Amino acid sequence: MWLTSKIKQILMVMKPGVVTLNYPFEPAPAPKSFRGQPTFDHHKCIGCGGCADHCPSRCILVRDVCQELRVMFYEGSRCTYCGRCADICPEEAITMDTNFQTACDDKDDITTRMELFMMACQRCGRCYEMENTNAIDRIDLKGFRYDNLEQRAFIRKNSETLSPQLLAETEQYARPTTKE
Amino acid sequence: MLKNLCKKAFAKSIWVYHCNTGACNGCDIEILNILTPFYDVERFGIKLVASPRHADAMLISGAVTRPTLPLVKRAYDAIPDPKLVFAIGSCATGGGAWFDTYNVTGGADKVIPVNYYVPGCPPRPEALLFGVALALGLVEKEAAPIELKQMEFPIDMYERNEAWEKRNVIYELVK
Repeated sequence: MWLTSKIKQILMVMKPGVVTLNYPFEPAPAPKSFRGQPTFDHHKCIGCGGCADHCPSRCILVRDVCQELRVMFYEGSRCTYCGRCADICPEEAITMDTNFQTACDDKDDITTRMELFMMACQRCGRCYEMENTNAIDRIDLKGFRYDNLEQRAFIRKNSETLSPQLLAETEQYARPTTKE
Repeated sequence: MLKNLCKKAFAKSIWVYHCNTGACNGCDIEILNILTPFYDVERFGIKLVASPRHADAMLISGAVTRPTLPLVKRAYDAIPDPKLVFAIGSCATGGGAWFDTYNVTGGADKVIPVNYYVPGCPPRPEALLFGVALALGLVEKEAAPIELKQMEFPIDMYERNEAWEKRNVIYELVK
């Protein structure tokens, strides 16, 4: 009796054949419903910073280098791939791709740095005055700038020319802490 | 150099110790998933062991929380040299959405040296396999930092005035 049951078992195992995925040697593309890293289209992006506002893990950082240049920095190491940025983008410049082969030995390998050209105001420039109650402040980008919160003053300190010194000052983004 | 060392040291098989440091169990399920017959990570000789003293590599999942911090350090010290550390998931690589909260250290690399990062929330089982294959030297690294520029200025806009002044210096000398 035990023999027949064993034979039955063997037949049962033989039926499906080899099920193992031969993955690292053969490509195994992810299904289209899979959400991987966001990819940025710098030709479509208008630099509104909506993605930075809504990123739950604050991994999209905005920095105004000077009046004409805005740097969007995507730090993929803490991205949770929620797709919120792709939802919120008004120009559909962000799409979630299906690539999952992002394993690396350096955290900088999963970053995207985007330099955007922001047009300077050609008219009176009243909206950009250094007041707390101007029009731009009311629709404030409350997102997560490199130099937000504590160093917010820096945004007001836009330099006329690209100064590497000011750039270096905000290189290290740090949330303000109460203790030293 | 590390890759060559890995090939020599881990030629036969890697036994991994799975360390949950406050993960939501998403990554843990994926780690267990690669042990199933469909992904079958045991064909590379990888085996899950219960004690860090038996292990060659450590899989860390979860942002290292404050209560688990000393325990992670102890587990890392218990692994015999040479050892590999994999950070699995967004929480372990960079801290996830909790990277700066009060109770979280914010990533495994702030506690112990991490060799390989596998980002994802949670990473696909294939992504985990890719990370392991990367460590074993079976595949090449694909991720690379991306730099995008909307506009290249033909003349550097910010130095144009300066160039103009420098040009005029010659005429002033001629005078």
